[in-house]
Amino acid sequence: MSFEWIIRIATENWPLFLRGAGITLLIAIIGTIIGAFIGLVIGVIRTIPEPERGLKKILLKVTNFILACYIEFFRGTPMMVQAMVIYYGSALAFGVDIDKLWAAIIIVSINTGAYMAEIVRGGIISIDKGQFEAAHAIGMNHFQTMTTIVLPQAIRNILPATGNEFIINIKDTSVLNVIAVSELFFTTNSIAGSNFRYFEAFSIACLLYLVMTFTVTRILRYMERKLDGPETYTMNQMQV
Amino acid sequence: MEKIIDVKHLSKSFGENVVLRDINFSVHKGEVVCIIGSSGSGKSTLLRCVNLLETPSGGEIIYKGENILDDKHNVYKYRQKLGMVFQQFNLFNNFNVLKNCTIGPMKLLKRSKEEAEAIAMKYLKLVGMEQFINAKPRQLSGGQKQRVAIARALSMEPDVMLFDEPTSALDPEMVGEVLKVMKELANSGLTMLVVTHEMDFAKEVSDRVVFMDQGVIAEEGPPEQIFNNPHQERTKEFLKRILRR
Ligand SMILES: Nc1ncnc2c1ncn2[C@@H]1O[C@H](COP(=O)(O)OP(=O)(O)O)[C@@H](O)[C@H]1O
Ligand SMILES: [Mg+2]
Repeated sequence: MSFEWIIRIATENWPLFLRGAGITLLIAIIGTIIGAFIGLVIGVIRTIPEPERGLKKILLKVTNFILACYIEFFRGTPMMVQAMVIYYGSALAFGVDIDKLWAAIIIVSINTGAYMAEIVRGGIISIDKGQFEAAHAIGMNHFQTMTTIVLPQAIRNILPATGNEFIINIKDTSVLNVIAVSELFFTTNSIAGSNFRYFEAFSIACLLYLVMTFTVTRILRYMERKLDGPETYTMNQMQV
Repeated sequence: MEKIIDVKHLSKSFGENVVLRDINFSVHKGEVVCIIGSSGSGKSTLLRCVNLLETPSGGEIIYKGENILDDKHNVYKYRQKLGMVFQQFNLFNNFNVLKNCTIGPMKLLKRSKEEAEAIAMKYLKLVGMEQFINAKPRQLSGGQKQRVAIARALSMEPDVMLFDEPTSALDPEMVGEVLKVMKELANSGLTMLVVTHEMDFAKEVSDRVVFMDQGVIAEEGPPEQIFNNPHQERTKEFLKRILRR
């Protein structure tokens, strides 16, 4: 009976499953945070208004070209293939095995960074031009305008998309089993391999993935609502 | 009287499209100058050139004796001295009413929070919005937003206030509340440069009226001249058109 096997596999291997889920979550969280940070920096650079002339203009053009290459490359190739190239490539190049967990985190980070760069850029250019103009009109420079007025609004607007990236990362870390990181998929696979109960073991993994993504979705919704503040405002009666 | 802004031979093109040609005019301390003219005549562009939201293609803008188009001149410091009120309000959507008015003074003029809030409250009271300091822009009506925008600009304690059709985006019943505030400001001796379609307002408060047509200043003079005895044919036609409505 499958169901009995599920119970049995779960009771016998729960520390392994939890560890696998933990590593999956760890890679997804750190990868999303670093990726979001990379995306933020690149998105901000890619929306710098072009200077009229001079060295700055050339420098910005070159930088933007390199960043565009980075984005195209990592969005245009499967993460599974990137993982192989980076993991084995670094072994070839430096003659050392980088720690598998670190390799996994690095791969997810730069992959997420490429997606987030475009999300952030979209978030910035969707902010009304009037917000930039009002900030410039009171005397803010580009940096002050971005940090105090534009980015807070852009970040709020891209929060759902960022949460989405996080969910995708939780699921997509499974492809990292190709470099033998002991995340949930890899762990499940080895548990299943020891007793040839693939359906039962992966049913457990399935449930664990679902619990993780569902929980994260709820937490993000809650955070969004918190950030938006109350729907109403209180009248100021105080005589200042 | 002291000239605060002196525009000399200003021109502006967008690519091939020449929008302003050889514009000369000045604003003296305490003066209220209204700019009128049909849509597309270059009024907004002129105002935006004055605070360098647009870079002029040629000419000079002298601010208190200095040409601010010199490369060495600090654009950001200069803009702090000019308050700007937009047709579309452009309140900072991520801040409440009070923070909209204190962010500039705190961040740019390095005022303390207490100082900035005291100044902001003074101007929010002036525009009748002191009760709404906790509201976010999206919770306000158009007229309320525009009054906050005026308070935000005043909180920087600028030398000159620029208004670009401040009532054109408002529902008719809200135009009055904004014009009332602007009249009070004009009477208080504030230096103002106002682009407007409100001819009664221009007639009543301005010291001088500038009439623009197709990128040039077609006529300039005291309101009595412009509205009762215009010298130029173009001015007469414009007034006939706009007053018939
Ligand atoms: N950023 C821009 N790029 C190109 N053309 C512009 C731009 N801004 C304004 N114009 C043109 O300049 C002319 C004057 O516009 P504007 O100053 O907005 O007129 P007004 O405020 O008097 O209605 C119009 O023909 C408009 O199409
Ligand atoms: Mg206009």
